[in-house]
Amino acid sequence: MKERSHFRRSLINRVMLGLTGGATAVAVIILGLILGYTVIHGLAYINLDFFTNTIKPVGETGGGMRNEIIGTLILVSIGSLIAVPIGLMTGIFLSEFGSRRTAMIIRFAADILAGVPSIVVGVFAYAIIVRPLHSYSAISASVALAIIMIPVVARTAEESLRLVPNSQREAALALGITRWRSVMSVVVPGAMTGIVTGVMLAVARIAGETAPLIFTALGNAFGFNGLTKPIGALPLQIYQYALSPYKDQQQQAWAGAFLLVMLILVISILVRWLTTKRRI
Amino acid sequence: MRSLNKTPTDSLSSARIRSIQYSVFSLGIMNGVKINLKVSNPERFPIKPGKVDFRNRNYNRLSDLVFPNFTLFFALLMVAILAAMLIILSIDAWPSVLKIGFSFFVNRTWDPVKEIFGALPAIYGTILSAFIGLIIAIPISLGAAIFLVELAPGWLRGPASFLIEMLAAIPSVIIGLWGIFVLVPVIRSPFESWLQNNLGFIPLFQGPRYGSGFLAAGIILAIMIIPIITAVSRDALKAVPNQQREAMLALGATRWETITRSVLPYCRSGLVGAVILGLGRAVGETMAVTMVIGNGYKLTASLFSPGTTIASKIAGEFAEAATPVSVGSLIELALILFTITLLVNVIAQLFVWRMSKVKESRD
Repeated sequence: MKERSHFRRSLINRVMLGLTGGATAVAVIILGLILGYTVIHGLAYINLDFFTNTIKPVGETGGGMRNEIIGTLILVSIGSLIAVPIGLMTGIFLSEFGSRRTAMIIRFAADILAGVPSIVVGVFAYAIIVRPLHSYSAISASVALAIIMIPVVARTAEESLRLVPNSQREAALALGITRWRSVMSVVVPGAMTGIVTGVMLAVARIAGETAPLIFTALGNAFGFNGLTKPIGALPLQIYQYALSPYKDQQQQAWAGAFLLVMLILVISILVRWLTTKRRI
Repeated sequence: MRSLNKTPTDSLSSARIRSIQYSVFSLGIMNGVKINLKVSNPERFPIKPGKVDFRNRNYNRLSDLVFPNFTLFFALLMVAILAAMLIILSIDAWPSVLKIGFSFFVNRTWDPVKEIFGALPAIYGTILSAFIGLIIAIPISLGAAIFLVELAPGWLRGPASFLIEMLAAIPSVIIGLWGIFVLVPVIRSPFESWLQNNLGFIPLFQGPRYGSGFLAAGIILAIMIIPIITAVSRDALKAVPNQQREAMLALGATRWETITRSVLPYCRSGLVGAVILGLGRAVGETMAVTMVIGNGYKLTASLFSPGTTIASKIAGEFAEAATPVSVGSLIELALILFTITLLVNVIAQLFVWRMSKVKESRD
C-alpha cells in the first residue's frame, strides 16, 4: 500500500513537471508558428517594388508601400521626439529627486497609463487634436503614439538610473559640481545603455501600433503632405489589406507584416545583446 | 535650515553656508560616516533664487532649484495626461449619456440611423472573449513560469524567457493577420467540428461554425496575454525564498508537491496580480480581436458565433460615425473601457505590490 502511494506520488510529480515543460514548449511553438508563417509568406511576396512603389488601386497588380513605410518612420520619429524628453525627465525625477510619496504617485500613474488600451488613447487623441483641427492628421497620430511611449520610457529610464551606484553621485558632488550637472553628466551617461534600451523597446512597441492610428492618421495613399494632413502607416495598411478579399492585397499585407516583424526582431535582439553585455 | 531660510542673508553669507555644507558633506565621505544630506530636496537649499549672486562661481546653484522642479513638471505632465483622458472622455460622452441613459447598458441593438445605441452585446463579447482567453492562458502561463523558475536548466532559462517575451513584442495587427489566414481555418474545420460532434449537447458548442467568432478571439487573446502572465508570475515565483522549498523537500515531498503546497501559496498574491494584469490586457486588446471576432452583434451562448468587443466596436465604427450622438456613444464605450482597465490595473498593481513588499521584507 505504501509502495503504491509512493509510486503514485512520483508519477504525478513526473507528469505534472512534464506538463509545465509542455506549457513552455506550447508558448514557444506559438511564437515559432507566427514568426514562421510571417517570414515564409513575407519572403515570397516582398520585392524591390514593395519599397519603391506606391499602393495600386484594386485590380492592378504590383505596387508597394513606400508611402506607408515613410509614414511610419515619420510618426515614430515625431512620437519619440515628444515622448523621449518627457519620459527621460520623468525617469530622472523618479529616481533622483522624488520624495518617496510623490514618486510613488507618479510611478503608479505611469503604470496605469501603460495599461490604458491603445484604442482609448486613439479616441483621446481624436478628441483633443483631430476634432479641433477638423482633420485627421499626422500630428494627432504622433501624439497618440507618444502617450503610449511615455510610461515605457519613464519606467525603464528610472530603473536604469537606479542601477547607477550612489558612490558616483557622491563623488560628483564631492568635486563641487552642482546637483543638476552631476545628474546630467555623471548619472545619466552611466545609465545610458539602459535608457537607450528602454527607448528602443518603446519604439518597437509603437512602430506596430495600429488601433490608435485608425481615426488619427486615417491613411493616405498619396504620401506625406504635411503634419496636419492624413498620413499612411505600415500597420494601418496591413490591417486594411488583411481584411481585403483580393489575393494581391493580402500578399502585400504579408510583405508588410514581414518588414514590421523584422524591424521588431532586430530591435529585440539588439536590446537583449545590450542588456546581457551590461550584466557581464 | 528652515530658519536660515527666513533670516535675511546677503549673497556672501549664503555662499559661506554653502561651503560649510560641502565641507560637512566631504568630511562625511572621508570618515565613512553616512551623513544624510538631502541635496535632492529643493526645500533644503537655504538660498532663494532672487538672492543668488551671479558673479559667484557657484551661481549655477540656481539650476539646482530649477532642475528638480523642471523634471517634476514633466512627471506631473504624465499625471495630467491621465487626468485629461478621464475628463475629456467624460465630457465627450456626455451627450450620449444624456440622450441614451441607462438603456445603453441593457439594449441589444446598435443602429446609428434610428439612433438606438445598446452596448450590451459588446460588453458581453468583451467579457466572454477575455474569459476564454484567461481559461486558455492561465494554465499555459503558470506552467511556463513554474518550468522557467523551478525546473529549467540554466542554459535554457534565459533563451526560453526571451522567446516568450518576444511573443509580447509582436504587433497585434500581425497576430491578427496570422489569425485570419492560419488560425481561423484551423479552428473552423478540425477544431470546431470536433467540439460540435463530441460536445454538441452543450449550448456553448452549438450553432453554425464560421471559424471567426468568440472562440477564435479567445484563443488569439490567450496568445497575447500568455507573455505578460508568464513574466509577472515568474517574478513572483522568483521572490519565494529557497528555505520554503528546502524545508518541504527535506520533509520528503516530491518537487511537484513542493511547488503546489509551498511555493505557489507563498506567492499567491503575485500570481493573482499576474492574472488580473492579463485580464486588463485582454479587455483592452483591439486589433487582433477585431480581425478574428467576425463582427456580429448579438447575444448568444454559442462560442462559434461572430461577435464584438467594446474595443473592436470602437475600432470598426469610429471613423464612420457621423452624428454627435453616435460619436458620443462610441466615446462612452471608450470611457467604459478606460474605467474597466483602470480598475483592473489598479487592483492588479495592489496585488503585485503586496508581493514585492514580501520580497523587500525578506531582503
